Amino acid sequence: MIKFKLNGKDVEVNLDPSSRLLDVLRNHFNLTGPKEGCGEGECGACAVLVDGRIIHSCCFPLANVADKEVTTIEGFSETKRYQALADAMLEEGGSQCGICTPGMMIAAESLLTQNPKPTDEEIRIGISGNLCRCTGYNMIVKAIQKASKKGDGLW
Amino acid sequence: MKDISQSIQKEDHIEKVSGKSLYVSDIKMDHILYAKTVRSIHPKAKILNIEIPDLPKDYFIVDYRDIPGKNHVNMIFEDWPVFAEKQVNYIGDPIMLVVGKNKQTINDLIGQIKIEYQVLKPKFEYKTSVIHKSFKKGNIKKAFTKPFKTISYTYETGYQEQAYIEPQGFIAYPEEDGKITLIGSIQCPYYVKNAVLKTMGFADDKVRVIQPSVGGAFGGKEEFPSVMACQLAVAVHKIGRPIKMIYEREEDMSVTTKRHPSKIQLTAAIDKEYRIQGLKAHVALDSGAYIGLSGVVLARAMIASTSSYTIDNLDISGDVYETNTVPNGAFRGFGAPQMIFAVEMFIHHIAKELNIDPLILRLMHLAKQNDLTSTSGVFRDPIIMKKMIDKAMEISDYEQKVKIYQDPSVFKGIGMSWFLHGCGFTGSGESTHINAKVKLRKDANDQVFLLVAAVDMGQGAKTALKKIVVQTLGIPSQQVSFDNPDTDYVLDSGPTVASRTTMIVGGLLARAALKLKETWIDHQEMEILEQYQQPEYIKWDEDTMVGDAYPAYSWGVNVVEVEVSKVTYQTKVKGIWSVYDVGKSIDDRLVLGQADGGIAQGVAYGYLEVMKHEQGKLRQKTMTDYIIPTAVDMAKTETVIMENPYILGPYGAKGVGELTLVGGAPAVALAIEQAINKKVYKIPATPEYIMELINHDKI
Repeated sequence: MIKFKLNGKDVEVNLDPSSRLLDVLRNHFNLTGPKEGCGEGECGACAVLVDGRIIHSCCFPLANVADKEVTTIEGFSETKRYQALADAMLEEGGSQCGICTPGMMIAAESLLTQNPKPTDEEIRIGISGNLCRCTGYNMIVKAIQKASKKGDGLW
Repeated sequence: MKDISQSIQKEDHIEKVSGKSLYVSDIKMDHILYAKTVRSIHPKAKILNIEIPDLPKDYFIVDYRDIPGKNHVNMIFEDWPVFAEKQVNYIGDPIMLVVGKNKQTINDLIGQIKIEYQVLKPKFEYKTSVIHKSFKKGNIKKAFTKPFKTISYTYETGYQEQAYIEPQGFIAYPEEDGKITLIGSIQCPYYVKNAVLKTMGFADDKVRVIQPSVGGAFGGKEEFPSVMACQLAVAVHKIGRPIKMIYEREEDMSVTTKRHPSKIQLTAAIDKEYRIQGLKAHVALDSGAYIGLSGVVLARAMIASTSSYTIDNLDISGDVYETNTVPNGAFRGFGAPQMIFAVEMFIHHIAKELNIDPLILRLMHLAKQNDLTSTSGVFRDPIIMKKMIDKAMEISDYEQKVKIYQDPSVFKGIGMSWFLHGCGFTGSGESTHINAKVKLRKDANDQVFLLVAAVDMGQGAKTALKKIVVQTLGIPSQQVSFDNPDTDYVLDSGPTVASRTTMIVGGLLARAALKLKETWIDHQEMEILEQYQQPEYIKWDEDTMVGDAYPAYSWGVNVVEVEVSKVTYQTKVKGIWSVYDVGKSIDDRLVLGQADGGIAQGVAYGYLEVMKHEQGKLRQKTMTDYIIPTAVDMAKTETVIMENPYILGPYGAKGVGELTLVGGAPAVALAIEQAINKKVYKIPATPEYIMELINHDKI
């Protein structure tokens, strides 16, 4: 039995501890916000937060979340910080096909938590583990910069 | 009335950002089975015998013997089998599906299947032409009689992988009376439906195709999904249960269509005044094992042979060569990126040989309104390229940088590409092959529904098409609905390809909306149907390739600045500036988003994205070894949209999507060329290639 906190709620599961966290979230908990883009930790579409830090859930065994706090886009989207980011993404056009977007939002949250006032270069490095094929990233960088300024004090 | 270009909230913004949007892999069904494909491990071989292990209950094999209709996937050229029968023609050629409840058991069963092959000698060279096309303009013989100078170069381009972040996938399930429904990550609902109908030999109402959210496509989900759909339909027909098949990344990259590698030979006849009197071109495309769309890709490449220049005398030919490699197909730009790379390099290389400023040579040949196009059609609409070029040079500080970077010791360069892109299907395709239809339906509550098959795969079609209807009707946005296409409800407005959605489908919707407005009766159900009609003055001869190849052209200028490392020869892109004429932007933010994403793909095609095969086996098949740009690789962009409304486009709009990609590769290659002071003939211009040029090539 593995116990952890998922989007603010205590949960426990009786699954193979070597299961990929991504599969557990998508299949067992029906949280389909995290996506599988590459299955090898390269694209970041599966990103979630574990104790506030970004991880690639496609390469993360279930056992590693024991007694930790996991936040997916579904949980994050209930927060004020999400709203600040979502508004900025809208204004700057940071989402196109949307498949990378949940992971990108998680990456932005993880970055801003550690560095609430990043430079553009720091944002680029912060989201460099998340691939986007639609936007060329500039609009995402601008959105994160805008959220950081407008959401002053949230992070 | 508000200017339509003013950006509005993207229709699907909230569902996308919150992760609520459902893609095919997110859709669940009871009693679902999974499918995996058994594929050829040889580039060319006869199948002598197949041994199948005993199958547990609820596990099935599906192969060509289960196909009720025709064993080929309906595309423009019908040579692509649903399942291989006696022979396989590339590594990855599908032979059968294994279907069952548990993915691990499926893998185990696949491991136990024994296929006995007789290996045949594969072809990898540009030798066996399966399609040949040619056209002429003016008097090429005269142009090449006693020219002042004849200059020839050959250019090569590599594979490019679409690398949409959502891999290909489908769910198919049986409905009553033998009907089969397919939900898939697709660009063209009716391509899929028509392909499945032929493979199954079904009546028109027995196949239904539904589009969920699509996680990027870029052409990769134009014709390939039909292959998967046909296979799954056969499986559902045999087994009678819902089946899901989602590719993992490695399978996706190994077997789905790519951008055609090409070899382009150009020869110019130049007179004493440095005018290019004649151009001979030959385009060689590698189609891979099956032809599919390659003939149409070839046509677009050939027609782009003069890009944004006017040359009076032409002899243009091309061949599609069959090889025992993964089939190549649609990718944003569709043949134009290869050719525009070659042409832009060539005109610079001519200038170098003539020892004149390339800018002067280029401006001498820049196309003007009423000039004849490469195929002897007419550029009927105003061309504002000179203004666009001036703007691009101004915002990028081009002239100053070109001068400074002439110093070969700085290893910096700036390159500028000029280009055009024909909007809509090539030639008479829109009227003869597609014949788009759209419908607007109004219910008794005065809610208006867009019934079209256009797919929003990220580009914003939902937002743009709905905006056209809302603006024309002059009613609140909430009163207009545009759901994802479902072939049981929407008409065939054509595939979501060829930069045709805003201009063609949007144009038909604008007309339908105007009619609805004029005949509007409150609280009465109404339906307005519109069908594409080719403007009468557009003439095209498919056989000779003479006439107007496109109803309209979008135009662009890209400037790219780079720095090349003197130690590692790695290229760092420092800045990107673009100016576009897309007629009239339907939504500025959407157009700028296309601009940013398109140039990222175009520039990366020119220097970063490497895919090669070795004896038919692709060496790059994961996101780890096929490198696409990260946020760190991409430079800041600055884009200017210049208005030049097109009289037949909705609100003056022309095509956008592909235009933003086609100029990226030559711009970055020209910048690298300046930085290393060597001629670049090949893309991607990798550090290895740059090293080769620096060490071995003359300037």
